[in-house]
Amino acid sequence: MRWMAVWRRNMLVWRKLLAASVLTNLADPLIMLFGLGYGLGALMPSIEGMSYIMFFAAGQLCTATMFTASFESMFSGFSRMHGQKTWDAILYAPLVIDDVVAGEIMWAASKAWLTGSTILGVVLVFGLAESPLLALLALPAAFLVGLAFSAVGLIMTVLARGWDFFSFYMTLVMTPMMMISGVFFPAERLPAPMLAVAQALPLYHGVELVRPLIAGRLPEASALHLAVLLGYAAAGYFLAIRFARKRFAE
Amino acid sequence: MNALTVKGLRKSYGAAQVVSGVDLAVAPGECFGLLGPNGAGKTTTLKLCLGLIEPDAGEIELLGEPVPRRAREARARVGVVPQFDNLDPDFTVAENLRVFGRYFGMRRREVEARVPGLLEFAGLAGRGEAKISTLSGGMKRRLTLARALVNDPQLIFMDEPTTGLDPQARHLIWERLRRLTQEGKTLVLTTHFMEEAERLCQRLAIMDHGRIIAQGSPRALVAQHIEPQVVEVHGNGYEAWMERARTLAPRVERAGDTVFVYAGDIDPVLKALAGEKELAYLHRQASLEDVFLKLTGRDLRD
Repeated sequence: MRWMAVWRRNMLVWRKLLAASVLTNLADPLIMLFGLGYGLGALMPSIEGMSYIMFFAAGQLCTATMFTASFESMFSGFSRMHGQKTWDAILYAPLVIDDVVAGEIMWAASKAWLTGSTILGVVLVFGLAESPLLALLALPAAFLVGLAFSAVGLIMTVLARGWDFFSFYMTLVMTPMMMISGVFFPAERLPAPMLAVAQALPLYHGVELVRPLIAGRLPEASALHLAVLLGYAAAGYFLAIRFARKRFAE
Repeated sequence: MNALTVKGLRKSYGAAQVVSGVDLAVAPGECFGLLGPNGAGKTTTLKLCLGLIEPDAGEIELLGEPVPRRAREARARVGVVPQFDNLDPDFTVAENLRVFGRYFGMRRREVEARVPGLLEFAGLAGRGEAKISTLSGGMKRRLTLARALVNDPQLIFMDEPTTGLDPQARHLIWERLRRLTQEGKTLVLTTHFMEEAERLCQRLAIMDHGRIIAQGSPRALVAQHIEPQVVEVHGNGYEAWMERARTLAPRVERAGDTVFVYAGDIDPVLKALAGEKELAYLHRQASLEDVFLKLTGRDLRD
């Protein structure tokens, strides 16, 4: 549990910059949710038996969680590792690079979870969930989405030689993933090969878990969705540690 | 038992051997200096001693713990002052100390009890709530030193502790380091300031191209490696005079437009210079810097 000291360091900084942090992490997704949800939603009758805003809420919850996790683990993480040399300082203490990686991933996942759960709170307050009790099950799901993207994001961080590196991942991976993972429209409408790609990626499985919970029923094939998210988290964790060890052995 | 023992240490990056067979022994309570030009392998040696990187060969024992195998246990009792400050810019002065203490698994109260003393040591009493960006270079350096003491270490590694500081700030750091040795702490520092090494260190090792090329007390190194008297000569006709000096002194060196004449008996040289109107000269005792330049050469290192 030595990584807790790293997690705690990041939490203390976040607490100092709370207002700006909460604004950027929450205002954007909520504006999107209500803007698109009500605006676009007004043009559509219903989608999979629910209002468009209810449909979109699940997608937006997962997407915002993904973005918070990715930004924190990549941009903030890289700044701590590369710019501020905070990781170097931590390594003078009886901590090793594995502890730092674990602390960073857990922190980014925690921050992402806060984004996801606040959006869920708004969804509940606006009565966009059929069964508030079932919808609460989206809380652990949001944490898993955060964990998966934090771990994958940190791989990018420990491989990055400069800031540009993240643009490739954002533009070539995250944005297309958001389009095909059933965030804005049902993924099943996609051509089969594209759906297959979506199903190989974590965001789709997050949405598949959260959407039914907001619609008031238990998700089907939840074991599969959980397994994929956990798999990305675990693989990301081990690869990030491996690449970080290599980077810090120089 | 030694505070630090290093035997046959080697480390290569690709084809470049950065540390090639280093042996060191640092006694408890000693201030030990590792001297060398840029790129000599000093920083890599420190990193190896801390267990931050793995050696290709050799043995390291730090405070009784084998490194890198038990580096974590060793680091719990060690402090580090890196070459470049890496204070946490997101925190205040006092928060930097508190957060760093938590990395050592210290309890909140334990750290809190140490903060006022550390701030005093850093000359930053009353500045605990200041932001890092408002500190001067000297203040940052002192805070980095105080941070390295948060876990009350037995041994402190310092990588060029006063590089980039003005003389006032440097003297204050030196005073603090002497205070630490008086408290019985072991200091291992790298430097390329001879004055710093001469003032602070009981024992020195001069390192170049990954090897220790001389070891001993500052005085012993001067006595052993260099003639005790030096005359530095420059001015019109110094080249011609250089030839003459070679007949008067055992060692004559040139760097740019200055001739360095080293001798045990310097009188013949001074007499010869008395008649030269065009030449300016300076007679002084040989110092560690002369030893250093003799052993590592006068060529520029990048």
